[in-house]
Amino acid sequence: MWQWIVRLYHRLGSPKWFYELTSKWIFWLALLSVVGCVVGLVLGLLYAPADYQQGNSFRIIYIHVPAALVAQSAFIMMAVAGAVFLIWKMKMAAWVARAIAPIGASFCLIALLTGAIWGKPTWGTWWVWDARLTSMLLLLFLYFGVMALQRAIESEEASHKGAAILALVGLVNIPIIKYSVEWWNTLHQPATLKLTEKPSMHPDMLLPLLIMILTTYVLFALLVILRTRNEILWHERKRSWVQALPEMLGGGR
Amino acid sequence: MHPQRKKRLKLILFLVIGFGVAVGLLMYSLSQNINLFQTPTQIANGEVPVGRTIRAGGLVVDGSVQRDEEGLAVTFQVTDGAATVPIHYEGILPDLFREGQGIVALGKLDEHGVIQASEVLAKHDENYMPPEVQDALEQAHEDGKQAMQGASATSSSYSISESIKNDGAY
Repeated sequence: MWQWIVRLYHRLGSPKWFYELTSKWIFWLALLSVVGCVVGLVLGLLYAPADYQQGNSFRIIYIHVPAALVAQSAFIMMAVAGAVFLIWKMKMAAWVARAIAPIGASFCLIALLTGAIWGKPTWGTWWVWDARLTSMLLLLFLYFGVMALQRAIESEEASHKGAAILALVGLVNIPIIKYSVEWWNTLHQPATLKLTEKPSMHPDMLLPLLIMILTTYVLFALLVILRTRNEILWHERKRSWVQALPEMLGGGR
Repeated sequence: MHPQRKKRLKLILFLVIGFGVAVGLLMYSLSQNINLFQTPTQIANGEVPVGRTIRAGGLVVDGSVQRDEEGLAVTFQVTDGAATVPIHYEGILPDLFREGQGIVALGKLDEHGVIQASEVLAKHDENYMPPEVQDALEQAHEDGKQAMQGASATSSSYSISESIKNDGAY
């Protein structure tokens, strides 16, 4: 088992292997995210019952929670990729980190915007400087910092290094976001979905939420793979295996 | 593992853990400032200076809401179970404002111990359910209460709907 993981790990370092492997995945990931999105949103917006307190406005949870979860997971993934780059000098890891950053930032922005739209009718305000909202805003700025560093320095090696270090340092913000609602008094309510306990949500409302969370992760995987493939094509454009690709034979020469 | 890689791995772990500890200590020492609101207990203990703008949070006490007959002024009490504090507010309340609901009010404590609020925000809890389920829970709660009173049992009529109301308010 361990040998198999090590072999997979070394193979993942090969851009050509990754490119060829993921060619077959794109269609299925795209199909899955479209079907999941349609099923999840139809169930969530049309069939799930309205909430006893918030009425229909709670339905924005089907966008808000998946986006916030993916934004945090993406940051962890970016930091891990950065660590792999720093330790093993694996170029693929740096390209993956660069592929993740804008996608994670987009999901973070979606979570913040849907949260503000949700906050106005329920709390009575678009924004409040409580610990959860502020730490989530910090996550967005960390993403912007990483994105800027990935492009700021002339030497690609140095810019990847700087971005990886910022991502690793920024990792400390993730537990702060997660536990902000427990450690401090906040306007934001505690988590509905808990790892150790039963979720405090009616099953008819919960099922669409779980579908949307899974779908958003699939969509995230698809976007990261697409962007990583672009990074591969760009960095390996002079290599013979890239020039021999059917998609490169069109008008691109 | 290659010794140089091992060294880099250790360096990164040291960086992440060291920075985490530093931020953790910082957050711990700042926790009073990070709290969004003060609880009624803190206000009753005199931890809040008169005349400074603060946020007070708690559950609106059942039956304490008194609306002004002419204007938008409203007076109510909030509690955290241990202490209560009166709040006076003039303005439009959020839709979720009701008795038993968690709220956060921004305002100043006056010399009579009343918070003169300039903004009232409603908290909502992390529980989501259809209204019918809530009605059923309340009905069950009422039934349980009556059954207990009928059996002249002790006064601990703690039921699911009450725990739902209380959970997540803090």
